[in-house]
Amino acid sequence: MVDLGIRAVRLGPLAVRVSARSVLVCALLAVVAVAAATAAVLLGEIQVGLPRLLVTLTGGGSAFEEYLVLDSRLPRVVTALLVGLALGISGAVFQTVSRNPLGSPDVIGFETGAATGGLVALLVVGGGVAGASVGAVLGGMATAVVVYALALRNGLDGLRLVLIGVGLGALLLSVNALLIVRADVYDAQEAGGWLVGNLAGASWDGIGWLAPLVLALCAGALALSRPLTIAELADDSAAGLGQRTDRLRLTAITVGVLLSSLAVAAAGPIAFVALSAPQIARRLTAASGPNLLASGLAGATLLVLADHAARELFQPRQVPVGVVTGLVGGVFLAWLLTREWRKGHA
Amino acid sequence: MRTPLSTPPNARPNARPNAPGESRTTTPTRRGSTADARTGHTHRLRADAVTLGYDRRVISEDLTLAVPDGSFTVIVGANGCGKSTLLRGLARLLKPAAGAVHLDGREIHRAPSKEVARRLGLLPQAQVAPDGITVADLVARGRYPHQSLLRQWTRDDEEAVRDALAATGVEDLAERLVDELSGGQRQRVWLAMALAQRTEILLLDEPTTYLDIAHQVEVLDLCERLRAERGHTLVAVLHDLNLACRYATHLVAMKDGAVVAEGAPDEVITEALVEHVYGLACRVLPDPECGTPLVIPRKNVSTVPSTPPKEELR
Repeated sequence: MVDLGIRAVRLGPLAVRVSARSVLVCALLAVVAVAAATAAVLLGEIQVGLPRLLVTLTGGGSAFEEYLVLDSRLPRVVTALLVGLALGISGAVFQTVSRNPLGSPDVIGFETGAATGGLVALLVVGGGVAGASVGAVLGGMATAVVVYALALRNGLDGLRLVLIGVGLGALLLSVNALLIVRADVYDAQEAGGWLVGNLAGASWDGIGWLAPLVLALCAGALALSRPLTIAELADDSAAGLGQRTDRLRLTAITVGVLLSSLAVAAAGPIAFVALSAPQIARRLTAASGPNLLASGLAGATLLVLADHAARELFQPRQVPVGVVTGLVGGVFLAWLLTREWRKGHA
Repeated sequence: MRTPLSTPPNARPNARPNAPGESRTTTPTRRGSTADARTGHTHRLRADAVTLGYDRRVISEDLTLAVPDGSFTVIVGANGCGKSTLLRGLARLLKPAAGAVHLDGREIHRAPSKEVARRLGLLPQAQVAPDGITVADLVARGRYPHQSLLRQWTRDDEEAVRDALAATGVEDLAERLVDELSGGQRQRVWLAMALAQRTEILLLDEPTTYLDIAHQVEVLDLCERLRAERGHTLVAVLHDLNLACRYATHLVAMKDGAVVAEGAPDEVITEALVEHVYGLACRVLPDPECGTPLVIPRKNVSTVPSTPPKEELR
């Protein structure tokens, strides 16, 4: 009998489909993410040994160790994990909904829009850090509404969405630059650092509101996994299988925009993680469908590694993590475009 | 007794079995389908006085069609006559602006979509295969309406998928990537996905497009087997009039969004009707292979004046 390549764990009335490879990939990604995070806490210009880390974690470290590990490196690494997770899952949701690898929030202007919202709150309204977070979420939502309103016409055309998103993103980038130019020097410098994506300001206070929101939204996205797998097909095919795509799309986009906007609120618009994490995850699992969990874990791993590089490569100076993801991701984007272009003309 | 041979092509003797004032009566039967007292047909799927269109462009107005249960109903007509639109309406992809499509006595747009998908399957015209998906995985998606969070892949699912792969002859391709297949293979895989859904009613929008003649016949033979052996009801939009005549048990001819004739192919297809529907002068002969009508275009009398005959130039 032919092997269908589909496995399930069956127990009484339960029959849950599992892919051994996807489970393995997710487990490995989780291990790598934790290992990278641990390395990021231990290694750097100042090295901390594993025994000293354990001592510090249990409250026995020196004042300097407490500052370095507990107040500086650990919150930064945890924030990187959360932001990476949010970006990876958000990217996977958007790429599935738009049926286009370029349909991710960093390419189609949603992160730029969130940044505009954050800047307006920071520089114009003067709402401080909390205000900037709310502004970022509102900005991201507003951008999504505009882009989808313009892209929808008898269903959603992925390419149309990407083109409109890229256009609006360019416009918002100029708006962001304008906001910075018009601000006073001190504000402008701070906002400028935030604008390329920066994890240096991570704190436990920030994690306090970021973690529950991100984890809840990730759980919400995972619950959409099966319908999204069907929505990958053309709208008519999905409808024929009993999955209405319009309502699903609205829910999925809402969850995706909130995730990417929260990431921007916490760390600024970090480029290319949302774009590349789902692509990496898909190649590792070799599974169709949105691969949400694997994408999230890949995003977390990528961002921890990128932030470690940003922190240590140019010591004694630190560069914002967005510079590193921008450099690496730019190359990745060029490769992806070439590949898609070739496929389109094959 | 269906459309008589002598009926002029624009008559619609069978189009509105429910219309008041007609002698025929319809009576509700099992599962809400209606029976035509005169023909003895029951109809689980029917469009009742529907107005169909896109945005503000109306394609069909006050259109009524009852699909006979257990039939292979084929809709034919010129390009843009509204046959695909009607099929989309029947498949609940398009919501009628007026009137309603009924499945088993229930308005199809008000029924839960997944429940409808367990009774009525669809092979749409335009398909998108996700990147890097295998044939087996794609066909398995046809099981979606039968699945839930806790019942994702049961033995029934597996059996239905194997059955569908075997019926369409793509078993050997199960582990291949859909991207790598030829057009004909891909079309059979999509058909397998629709079959895996295991619905008693199956709607097919131009299922033979992209296929060479051998594969066209193969797909239609498969549809005929589903009808004859399993009692399924099939509704297809076809372009090839001769194949439509050969396979249809119930032929529906459309023009300008309206049904102009329906019934058995040998009763519906006349030279006058083809001229009326397609604007094509032709001869209709019995197909030497099965006796169904064979439409042969006449020489040099195409009404599309690309190169007008010399007499007309004077």
